[in-house]
Amino acid sequence: MLLLERRPVASSLMRWASPLLALILTIITGFVLFLVMGKDPVEGLKFFFITPVSDLSGLSELGLKMAPLLLCAAGLTVCYRARIWNIGAEGHFLMGALGASVMAVQLSASSGFWVLPLVLLTGVLAGMLWAAIAAGLKTHLHCNEILTTIMLNYIALNLLLFTVHGPLKDPFGFGFPQSVMFADSTLLPALIPGTRLHLGLAFGLLAAVAVWVLFARSFIGFQLNVVGQDHRAAAFAGFSVRRLTWFAFLVGGATAGLAGASEVTGPIGQLVPQVSPGYGYTAIIVVFLGRMDALGIVAASALLALTFIGGEMLQIAMHMPKAVTGLFQGLLLFYLLTCDAFIHYRIRRKKTALQPLSAAVTTAPQEA
Amino acid sequence: MELIINVLAATVVAGTPLLLVALGELICERSGVLNLGQEGMMLMGAVAGFAAALSSGSLLVGVAAAIVAGIGMSLLFAFMAVTLAANQYAAGLALTIFGTGLSAFLGAGFVGSSIDGFSRVAIPLLSDIPVLGRVFFDQDPLVYVSFVAFAGVALFLRYSRGGLLLRAIGEDPEAANANGLQVLLVRYLAVAFGGGMAGLAGAYLSLAYTPLWTENMTAGRGWIALALVVFATWRPERLILGAYLFGAASILHLVLQGMGWKSSTELLAMLPYLVTILMLVLLSWNPARTRLNTPLSLGQPYRPGS
Repeated sequence: MLLLERRPVASSLMRWASPLLALILTIITGFVLFLVMGKDPVEGLKFFFITPVSDLSGLSELGLKMAPLLLCAAGLTVCYRARIWNIGAEGHFLMGALGASVMAVQLSASSGFWVLPLVLLTGVLAGMLWAAIAAGLKTHLHCNEILTTIMLNYIALNLLLFTVHGPLKDPFGFGFPQSVMFADSTLLPALIPGTRLHLGLAFGLLAAVAVWVLFARSFIGFQLNVVGQDHRAAAFAGFSVRRLTWFAFLVGGATAGLAGASEVTGPIGQLVPQVSPGYGYTAIIVVFLGRMDALGIVAASALLALTFIGGEMLQIAMHMPKAVTGLFQGLLLFYLLTCDAFIHYRIRRKKTALQPLSAAVTTAPQEA
Repeated sequence: MELIINVLAATVVAGTPLLLVALGELICERSGVLNLGQEGMMLMGAVAGFAAALSSGSLLVGVAAAIVAGIGMSLLFAFMAVTLAANQYAAGLALTIFGTGLSAFLGAGFVGSSIDGFSRVAIPLLSDIPVLGRVFFDQDPLVYVSFVAFAGVALFLRYSRGGLLLRAIGEDPEAANANGLQVLLVRYLAVAFGGGMAGLAGAYLSLAYTPLWTENMTAGRGWIALALVVFATWRPERLILGAYLFGAASILHLVLQGMGWKSSTELLAMLPYLVTILMLVLLSWNPARTRLNTPLSLGQPYRPGS
């Protein structure tokens, strides 16, 4: 009989081994899945994990998908460290894309160095506005942030759909629900000439550095950690939980808003209904997988960016449904949480045969 | 008058999936477990129900498959949240993300297929009652199942010994354990009940409401149901009212368009989500009252003897 026993001290080895174990388990499951579907598993895994990153254009595509994930995850890290369960990154992202698009269309005739920063800033502010709603609902009206942020995600999506079907619809777009193509002055410059990789990835990496500085070097970061670990201790220390909550939400809104703005001014170049394949939700997995750590989320965002490209690759090469991406992401998070249990617990064999009498006494409460 | 009756009948139909999934979550939360994976379990129920009904030709087989799928998903959650004492928020989110991905993957081949869903069956005598008869007793069989489930849950919680034990565990698992109750077993059962109901609610969507399968067809209903349980302050009587209220909000745009009111579909489609936030605001602004109603151990993992 196996028994789960609490470790005296949380295992820091397991904390970092858990994501790797989860990845290995996901790959094994993927292997079995390919077999069940009658596809060659080795080839399938190669198409998913290796082919997409085997040349420069593939790597730049990886960076392209990494940028929004990393930006959203950086903001969510600030929230989750303080145990603020903001799952509204998707909504902040959509609002950021929407805000930036409105400004970009307005400024399509303008040129000058200030145009692009203004477009991006509008996106950031739109994301912050959306996060501020959830923050206010939490701090002043005590609404559960999980439910409000998810509802705001759906509202943001409908607002975006309304915009592309109505006010921002391209009059010469053959009836497609999309905006006009943005002018060059409102587009992000490429990071590596000749590829689609744009400045967004640099924003993402900067955000990760900012997260590191915040938690390793600043008092606010320390306060956020304390709030997350012990709400009452934070109150006794005189930290304003309300202000910290606002700070975390606004940072989350700003980064995800910037991600949305970078997406429409970067690879897409216009506002379309499918601006996000679920970046805001996937960023949640990035944060957990990256252990809420700056370097961790960089690595995790690269891995999850790969699942998006790998899914597309499998669809083209092996005619698998594109949903394989979501399946891999879900499996990964599932295995991760299961492995995470062993940070705090370890498995013990129940010693019933050795000491029948004392074992019976000590295990009695557990049987009850 | 005819229009009003039709709108009320449509409200009951739109409220039924919410009622089913929220009743399951109510039992689950009363045992102290918060399962945020409702959306994932519903989607799995919807796809399993549709696939089984399509391949077997029997709607009942579809419903059974949906319930089994929901229970299966919920047991995964229970293993993490109850056995491994994982963070319930994270485990529930994982269940939703996993269920969304898995259902889209499994259902990819069924997009575009259609079946003949459940049709209305009028209950003799009861359906002859003016207005109420048409609204409540001339519906499809799954609506009647939701009435039975409501009555069962309400009576179970209020009058049965099992209901008392369930509530005791939700309030104070330590004390319940000390009194010889099997906390983990009861929590497993409560989570599994929630899974079965979520699966059934999914089947309602794919076999009765709109008899077809599309990715993400639940459109946030699992999340709305979670808000609904808070709105109902964990009481079944308020839950049924709330479910129909939300049902009304979600069909309002159809009614307005039917009356010839020109407005954007997308803007009106926001209504159920806006109403949800509004309800949360009305019910949560007084934290003392929320604390009074919430099962005390909600969201906290329990490990006996550790």
